[in-house]
Order: sequence, then structure tokens, then C-alpha cells
Amino acid sequence: MDPILEMRGITKEFPGVKALDNVNMVVRRGEIRALCGENGAGKSTLMKVLSGVYPHGSYDGEILYNGKPMAFRGIPDSEELGIVIIHQELALVPQMSIAENIFLGNEIATRGVIDRHETNRRTAELLAKVGLRESPETKVGELGMGKQQLVEIAKALSKKVDLLILDEPTSSLNENDSAALLRLLAGFREQGMTAIMISHKLNEISQVCDSITVLRDGATVSHHNGMVPESQIIKDMVGRSMNDRYPPRDPKIGEVVMQVRDWTVADPLREGRMLVDNATFELKRGEVLGIAGLMGAGRTELAMSLFGRSIGDFRKGSATIRGKEVDLATVPKAIKAGLAYVTEDRKSLGLVLEDTIRRNIPLANLKGISTRGVIDRHREGQVARDYRKQINIRSSSVDQVMANLSGGNQQKVVLSKWLFSEPEILILDEPTRGIDVGAKYEIYTIIRDLAAAGKSIIVISSEMPELLGITDRILVMNEGRLVGDMPTAEATQERIMSIIIKSGHNLTEEDITPEEIEAEVAHV
Amino acid sequence: MSDTTETRAGGDTFGFIRRNIREYGILFAFVVIVLFFSIVTNGKLLAPNNITNVFLQNGHIVVMAVGMLLIIVAGHIDLSVGSVSAFVGALAAIMIVKMGLPVLVVVVASLVFGALVGAAQGYWIAYWKIPSFIVTLAGMLVFRGLTYAVLQGQSLGPFPKEFQMISSGFIPDVFGPDKPNTLSLILGWGAALIILWLQVRNRRREETLGIVDEPFAFFAIKNALILFALVWMTWILANFRGLPNIFIVMAILVALYAFISERTTLGRRIFAIGGNAKAAKLSGINSERIVFFTFVNMGMLAALAGLIISARLNSATPKAGVGFELDVIAAVFIGGASMSGGVGTVIGAVVGAFIMGVMNNGMSILGIGIDYQLMIKGLVLLAAVIFDVSNKSKS
Repeated sequence: MDPILEMRGITKEFPGVKALDNVNMVVRRGEIRALCGENGAGKSTLMKVLSGVYPHGSYDGEILYNGKPMAFRGIPDSEELGIVIIHQELALVPQMSIAENIFLGNEIATRGVIDRHETNRRTAELLAKVGLRESPETKVGELGMGKQQLVEIAKALSKKVDLLILDEPTSSLNENDSAALLRLLAGFREQGMTAIMISHKLNEISQVCDSITVLRDGATVSHHNGMVPESQIIKDMVGRSMNDRYPPRDPKIGEVVMQVRDWTVADPLREGRMLVDNATFELKRGEVLGIAGLMGAGRTELAMSLFGRSIGDFRKGSATIRGKEVDLATVPKAIKAGLAYVTEDRKSLGLVLEDTIRRNIPLANLKGISTRGVIDRHREGQVARDYRKQINIRSSSVDQVMANLSGGNQQKVVLSKWLFSEPEILILDEPTRGIDVGAKYEIYTIIRDLAAAGKSIIVISSEMPELLGITDRILVMNEGRLVGDMPTAEATQERIMSIIIKSGHNLTEEDITPEEIEAEVAHV
Repeated sequence: MSDTTETRAGGDTFGFIRRNIREYGILFAFVVIVLFFSIVTNGKLLAPNNITNVFLQNGHIVVMAVGMLLIIVAGHIDLSVGSVSAFVGALAAIMIVKMGLPVLVVVVASLVFGALVGAAQGYWIAYWKIPSFIVTLAGMLVFRGLTYAVLQGQSLGPFPKEFQMISSGFIPDVFGPDKPNTLSLILGWGAALIILWLQVRNRRREETLGIVDEPFAFFAIKNALILFALVWMTWILANFRGLPNIFIVMAILVALYAFISERTTLGRRIFAIGGNAKAAKLSGINSERIVFFTFVNMGMLAALAGLIISARLNSATPKAGVGFELDVIAAVFIGGASMSGGVGTVIGAVVGAFIMGVMNNGMSILGIGIDYQLMIKGLVLLAAVIFDVSNKSKS
């Protein structure tokens, strides 16, 4: 088959770092190519070189598109030729309508006056193509993440697309939305479109991709035409074979540590709707308890509500820790009661990104490094260095700024921060979202080690294999209610899904949007 | 973004300069500006009476800059400080001139009153989440109006000698009237030695822990410069009229607020709130109370500045402090604070204030008109922030 794209000997350097080192990649016309690699392997950099974000001349090597050498000066140049990139972080304006977003910067207008009818008509066509049943005038902020991703794709389609680049398109989608998106991609392939998809999710890659390129440390490690076993891809990515994706378990489960009864939280934005509805459960010493459910099932809301009523309107419910009723009305009280909550959104809720590792770690326990309100900087430095070593935070020093760390290492810092608050009960919300395979394994190991040390841990995750791999018991949540409780040994993905489906009508049409969660956090 | 670099030069001289270019940059800029003006004014800039003048002319700005720094670091702004200082100055004048209350009582009452004004604004900002820009813009108008109202459009003065001493006094020499002023020498040189001792002790501890970042040459040159500047300035001033009272007030406040911002949990929390308010809240930090505190504190410092201005002018006038908020905010930004919060230093803000002060003073000596002075100051502010932004995008 004829190649649509050839990248030859691409080398890109940043001050002090070689991000790409002689990368070669050939993409055939009409295929879906997976681009894999750990965080920091150079995938996004390579795609930025391709799309002209890094202009010609700022890198070495050659790009041949349809057989002709290219010298893009910016994104408009590459888009002109049909190369369109959809970034991992969605670039939509929530306050604007779907139609306005799709034609943003590319408005259908005569002499600067926008033709709204034509805009809406074209938008409706595009929405039909991506299978999104929404009015073109709906505000993007009112849509769930899955639908927003579809709007991004519709926006891409509004241009002439021959080569579509997707950077982790499903990283914030639930399983239904992910599956729909992948079907859509396969449909586009039928129509002759070529796609490059950056993804961490190996099961998705094997579902839709025709071939795989693996990058490691800025260099091409392997090309596979056709599918290869997941273990091979992982081996290529991490540079070593990884037989077990989850650390061994040796649970020593003790007495009940925490009991939650009838925990109920109302939705402040939608009258009469409960975010969490009479949740009752127990957590034992040394136990890793998973909470499974679809996005919007109320798992994050349950966790954040327990953690100082940080979301929604608390209605009723009680919590006891070691048999004693505890007051969890504010975050400081929850911390004092022995709780820690590691948020799913580490960048906007977990970290001070522009600050250093050293100053982020003690933030939830400043008393631990100070005497009468005065910080002991040497103790602070010691604490940071200890955690850096203990849980292997890869950085030049503890004075490195968080924004310069990879996702996995940022997550380790957030974990350190909460470990330093010396909790008995850790709630981890999507602890491995957006981090690579190697770092995931390290996080799993930390979780198991903590359980072995007698801590109790709640893990919320949308990746079911992960829950099955690291927990001891799994709760299933749907529409705010806890609808299932089983030992992990007896759980399977099918069983969990069937519990969810049987427990009521599905909520995917009413996914909570990030803006709503934000509004609820702000509401408290 | 999945591509991030994990390597960064650590420990080497070049990397150190790059990481700390802002802090050294501003000190360097300050030294260059001082040298430039002392040359073009034929040394008049550094004459004893002019150094004294620079302190007297900028005391109120420095006092407010340390408070404004905390506010800006917390992610807010206070536009009302000029009006608040004028208002409190007016109240003080009424209490002293019309009611004849003792100076000490008036000073304490004024500070309390400033804190109340800060609380009245901070309440809406912290607990009702009304944008600080709006609340303090309203405060700027309201308190200016109140100043006109209580003074009935007239200046009020003069003040008794002891009140004027706040601004124009010099510390008395307990060791007799001979020159040099011995107490000034003891205080100035003592402070210099304490600073040096603290720096050396800190570096020793870092050495034992093996975490020294700053190359020794930098450490030595920086401390030698600070030591030299303090010792030399103290000597000059002690041989003139001694250290001005206002200098002592400033030194105490700067040391106190630098300590609060860098070394206390309170300071750390303010930085965390400005850096990421939601993360701070989920870390158990009571953001509302801390933001409220920064405004109470600012009100109090604005009141102190109001007393200083009235004492210096020897009267309270309805137009006192017009535009001061802009000088104060400019000083904080020249000093490296970030508009979006979470970044800034007290020392930077103070140096920023003195950069503006020395430029004002130097240009006045040269007889440069107010028109050019304003333009040059505006460009310096812009240049400092452009330097920040370009520096940040490079790293």
C-alpha cells in the first residue's frame, strides 16, 4: 500500500533534553496507527512536529506527506493539507454553543457577519456524522465528556481531513463512550480516512488499530504491522518484560475500621436528584476496597462528600471510625478523623503545579513540619527527600517544579502528600488515570504495601481490570446507590456490568459534566 | 500533555543562575539603577541627606507593599489602599487636632480602624466570593468619599511634634549627642551581623545535609554586597542625623513579613491558595479565613501608611494618597509577583518599591519633568513583567 506519511530521522531537542532522537515512522493510507509509549517517550512531541506546532527548522529530519516533503510553519499549514490533530485536553469553550465551537476561528461569514443558519445547518450535518444527537445551539458546557469529545471530532471533520491525529481520545471517557468513539473511528476508516491514535489503553488499540509504533525515550523501538500480544507491547514500552501487571496480593484483613450509614447527598443543581443515595458500607483494616461504576454513578461524589462534605448538599448519614462516630463536616475535620482523599483531577484539585515537590508534600500536614506556626525548612526538606526516595519520585531534586514532572510522578507526589498526613483511611480516586504502565505498577505496589502496613484503602476506578487486579472487595455503584458488594475473588467484569445494568436505567445520557462538578465543589 | 522532561540541570552554576534569574535579576537591576543615578547626579543620590529622603519619601509605599504582596500572592488585589490611608489619616487628624487625644491612643485606634476597614472589605471577598477587584474598587471610591466628608474638603493640621516624629524623626542617641550616632551604628551593624550569621548558619546546615544549591561564589558575593551596603549606609546615616524612625519601622515590618511569608504555615497557606485554591481547600486549608486575614492585615498596614503620610505632610488632606495603590501594586509586580497568584517575595516587593523610589528621586534631582517620570516608570513596570513572562516561557 502507498504511504500517506513518512517521517524520517526526526530529532527534536529542547534545552538540555533530546525529546526525539532519530524517529522514523511510515503510515499507510487508510489505516489506524497506534502510537504507544510511556509518558515522556515523545509521542506528543512527535505529533506536534507533524502538525506544525513545532515549525519546520526547529527539528531535524524530514516529513513526506503524500510523497512530497513538507515544511510546515504552523498548524494552519498542516490543516490546509488535511492533517488535523485533536489534543488530549479538549480545546472547547464551555460557554459557547456546539456550532460556535465547531466553527471557531473558521466562521462561516460574509464580510465578518456570521451566517447562523448556514453554521447550524453544517453543524447538524457534522453531528449526524459523529452520531451526536444534540441541537447545534446546545452549550458545550452542558455536555458530558463523551459528547464533548464527539464535538471535537466534529470540529476536526469540519475541515478537510485526510489524516486525523487523536491524542488519548478516550482518556476521560467511560467505557460506553469509549466504545462508541472507537466504532466511529473504524467507520471513518471505511470511508478512507487515515488516523494516528496515541493511547495507553492496550485493549482499545487491539480493538481498532491496524498497526502499532512504540516509542521509548524519544526513539522508535518497534513497528508491528498487525496485532501483537499486549505483553509484547508492554515489553517494548517499558524496555523490560512485565509478566504481572499487578503486584501480588497477600491481604491481612482485620477488624472493621470505618462504617458509613445512609450517606445521602443531594445535587445542588438539579432539584430532587441525589448524587449519593443512602450509601451504607464498611471498610476493614488492611483492606483495599474498590468502587466500580460508570462515570456519573456518584463514586467521586461519595468520596468527596465523606471528605469534608466537599461536594453537593449533605442530607444525612453517619460515619464511625473504630466504633466512634466521627464528624466529617469540613476537610480539616475529615483529615483529623484519619481520612485522606487523593483526587482524580490531580492538576486542578491535587497540586500546586507551579510549586516544588518539597512545598507540595507537606501541604495537608503543615503541622508535621512546623513548631508553633514556624516551618522548619530542614525538616521539610528531609520529609520531601524521604518520600522521593521511598516511593521513587523521579526528579532532579525535591526542588523541581511540579509542572515539569510526568503524570506518574505528579501522582506519586500527591500520594506522598496524603501519606504524610498519616491517614488511616485513604480514598484514591482514579489513582492511575493518564499515567503509563510502569508508573501504574509502582502505584499499585504502593497501594498494596499500605494495605499490608494496616491502612485501609478505597480505590475508585473506571478501569475494571485495575479494580479486579488490586482490590480485595468491590462495591458497585450506580445512580448514587450502592448496588453490589462482592469479594474480588468472585468478581468479573461481566458480573459487575450486569449488576449495573440490572440496577436501573443507565445514566450515560446524563453524565455529569466537569463544569457541574466544579460548580458543586465551588458551591460548598 | 504526556511529554514532560524529568531531567534538569541541578547544582551547576549556569542552572542555578537560570533558576534564580528573577531574584538576582531584580537585585542586579536595583544596583545598576542606583549606580546609574549616583553617577549622573554626581553622587548627589547617595549623599546622606538624600538617602534619608529616599527613606522618608518611600516609607509608606514599602509598608503597604508588604501587605499587598500577601494579597497578590493569595490571588487577589486591593485597589482601596490609597483611599483607606487617606481616610485613616483624616480620622487621626480629627482625633489629634480636634479632639486632642494622646498620640499613642490615636495610633492604636487608627491601626484598629484600618483593620476594621480591611475586615469590611475582606468579608465580601473571602466569604461571599465577590471579586476583590470589584470590592476594593468600590472601597476606593467609598473611602475617598468618606475622607472628603470627614474633612469637609479642608486640610487639617498641624500635628504635635511627637506625631510628626513618626515620619520625620530620627532615633535618639542614648550614648550622647556626639557623631557618629552610636545607637544607629549598633543597630545597623548589629542587624548586618545577624543577617550574615543567619545566612552562614543556614548554609552550614544545608551543607551537612548535602543539599546546597547556591554556588559558593554567589553566596559570598551576595552576602558581601548586603553586608557592605548595610554597614556603609549605617555609617553615612550615623554621621548625618542617625537612622530615621521610619527606617526602623520599615526594617521591622520587612523582616517580620519576610519571615511570615517564607517560614510560617500561615505564609505557606497563602501561597498555596494563590497557587491552586481548590487543591488548598482539599488539603484542609481554611482559605476563607486566610484571605480574610490578608485583607484585615492590608487595612492595618494602609492605616499605618496613612499615619506616616499625615505625619510627613503635617496635615491630613482630602487628596492624600491618590494613586498610591498603583505605586504599591507596581512595586509588587516589579518585585516579581505573579498576577495569577502563588508567586512573589516580600524582599522582591520591597526592592521593587525602592527601584521606583530611587528612580523618582534620581529623576527629580536631575530635574526631569513629571511627564517623563511617569512614562519612564510605566515602561520600567512593563519591562519587568515582560522579563518575567519571557523568562517563564523559556524555561
